[in-house]
Amino acid sequence: MKRRDFIKAAAGGAAALCGAGSVEARPNKEPLENAVGILYDATLCVGCKACVRACKEINDLPPVTQGEEVQYDASRGVTGATYNVIKVYKNGTSEVKDREIDGFSFAKKSCMHCVDPGCVSSCPVSAMTKHPVTGIVQYNPDTCIGCRNCMVACPFNIPQYEFHDPRGQIQKCFFCNQAGVDRISQGLLPGCVDVCPTGATLFGTRKDLLAEAKRRLAAKPGETLTYPRGRVTDQVHTHEKAAPEYQQHIYGEHEVGGTQVMHIAGVPLKKLGMPELPERSYASIAEGVQHTLYKGMIAPAIALAGLAYVVKRNTSQSDQDDE
Amino acid sequence: MSEHQPVEGKIFTLPFMFLGVLAAIGLYFLGVRFIDGMGAVANINSGYPWGIWVVYDVVVGTALACGGYALAFVIYVLNKGKYHPLIRPAILASLFGYALGGFGAFFDMGRYWQFYNIAMPSNWNFNSVMLEVGLCVITYIFVLFIEFAPTVLETIGAKKALRWLNKVLFFFIALGVLLPTMHQSSLGSLLIIMGAKVHPLWQSLQWLPLMALLSALTMGFSIVIFEASFSAVGFNRRPETPLLARLSKAIIWLISVFLIVRLTELVLRDKLGFVFAGDLAGNMFLLELALFVFPLLVMLFRGRRDNARLLLLAAVSLLFGGALYRFNAFLITYDPGPGYSYFPSVPEIMVTVGIVAIEIMAYLVFVKKLPVLHSAEHA
Repeated sequence: MKRRDFIKAAAGGAAALCGAGSVEARPNKEPLENAVGILYDATLCVGCKACVRACKEINDLPPVTQGEEVQYDASRGVTGATYNVIKVYKNGTSEVKDREIDGFSFAKKSCMHCVDPGCVSSCPVSAMTKHPVTGIVQYNPDTCIGCRNCMVACPFNIPQYEFHDPRGQIQKCFFCNQAGVDRISQGLLPGCVDVCPTGATLFGTRKDLLAEAKRRLAAKPGETLTYPRGRVTDQVHTHEKAAPEYQQHIYGEHEVGGTQVMHIAGVPLKKLGMPELPERSYASIAEGVQHTLYKGMIAPAIALAGLAYVVKRNTSQSDQDDE
Repeated sequence: MSEHQPVEGKIFTLPFMFLGVLAAIGLYFLGVRFIDGMGAVANINSGYPWGIWVVYDVVVGTALACGGYALAFVIYVLNKGKYHPLIRPAILASLFGYALGGFGAFFDMGRYWQFYNIAMPSNWNFNSVMLEVGLCVITYIFVLFIEFAPTVLETIGAKKALRWLNKVLFFFIALGVLLPTMHQSSLGSLLIIMGAKVHPLWQSLQWLPLMALLSALTMGFSIVIFEASFSAVGFNRRPETPLLARLSKAIIWLISVFLIVRLTELVLRDKLGFVFAGDLAGNMFLLELALFVFPLLVMLFRGRRDNARLLLLAAVSLLFGGALYRFNAFLITYDPGPGYSYFPSVPEIMVTVGIVAIEIMAYLVFVKKLPVLHSAEHA
């Protein structure tokens, strides 16, 4: 064997592989200028679940029940038939609202509409996409092959495949703007925001919502704050209330590169079921590796050419003698 | 005349019939899956959307099918012609492993009737690791067909087609080395985007493709040793131990580099603490490590690796090690957060068992009907 030939030939492939340790990953994606979002303020939430019901009605989803009787929609988490769910945190005697010890709080679970979403990055057939203006994470069931990579790639376990339907698809919150619903495009609010009586679920651009969240967190506990309802910019439908003691954490400001749905609360967000996540999006790391190895398919092309050359040489040689 | 010959013997032996029963059970539950949906058969759920159908049938299954890849690399790239007797059975086993991996991926697809969408360039998302894996595996299955074609053409006496194929075969052999290099490394990269759900001991981020590739190669060589040793026992053929023992020298290098990379990553990222945490993940890691170190201790010494039994044990240990590495990362220590759990259901397991049974049955039929195994006097 001409070792030199092999080393020369395989250099392309080898370089590509060894490069894996020191790849230049792209940075996180930046939030879109007019990205829309929701600010969920757990301290305003009274647990009425009007948002859960409105979501079901607008998106034509059946109730999820536990046990025989159909009294309440009793989904414990997001499912193929539940895009949005309000959960309860309880501790000890559960005396005081929005307190970690011996207190309770409500919590919301729904699609966070990541700035740099793993589901979009990992989908092989572009069935998951991010709307170029609103940043809403959309889904096209006509291209989806059902590989469920979006599900494993979501840090919040949001995309739901309908495992009990032989023709199941992925379900999740689309901000009530999927084809046929189109509430945002028509200038309406998402269903959950529209019906929220306290403004706990607030709609707006991510930028405005972030500023609003910062305003609330900056307020001294007990200080009177004006809270808008519906749209964050709404100055008519407001109410005044003493500011609670907020945790100084806007969940979704930085997590995995930021999300368009953000949560604030009086109880640590981790206790409310929000996972602790790094600032760096996993999508950016994965894409960095892929694009380093396969940029323009140059490294694979060089490797193939080298391999073909070496194999041809070796096979024609072994036609004459076997070593 | 070919130096390869069909193995003599009946097709419908008792073990074959037993495998047939397993295959039938598996196919029955597969039917249920198509009629009532995946949830009716498998325990996969919102937190664990990938169960054993993905992790065993595709991720581990294709790694176990790397024999053809590993040998093609040694024979045609490193030009070690003496291993030629082993290539045909290895290519055949790879063909079945990959074909059934592809089939596994198909019936695990939630929207399988739209599977062709992955072949439509207008849908391609080049950021997706899954796209690269999907396209590479599909192409490689075709390449394996072509690599195996000479065996079939020889049997039916299509000399002209054989001559023609032999002229272009080098290109497909080259592709047959490149494609597994790409998708076996990418099967590791699949874990990156799962982020914190993957335990730190297995979430190696940028290092994953290299680790996945190295371990797939060790599994490829091990399966060659395993199959050759097993064929020798099962079909009463002369063992090819001297040849296999020499092959194990390649494995020594692969395991060593794999272990160095694996441990270096843990040291550099300060994750050694997890190893001795005494929890499930830590213990699974230690078990995995032992399964890689034992074969190293066998193969490093001449007296041991020349012992057919010990060599077979070492190969089996490596196969389990590589499989466990994948199972640990994708399932056993995978944690989507509180409220979710997964253990495969009996029907789900029976589907996988049935698929493996079909694979073995097909392998048996092929080696008995086609000139796959190297004839004894040449071995």
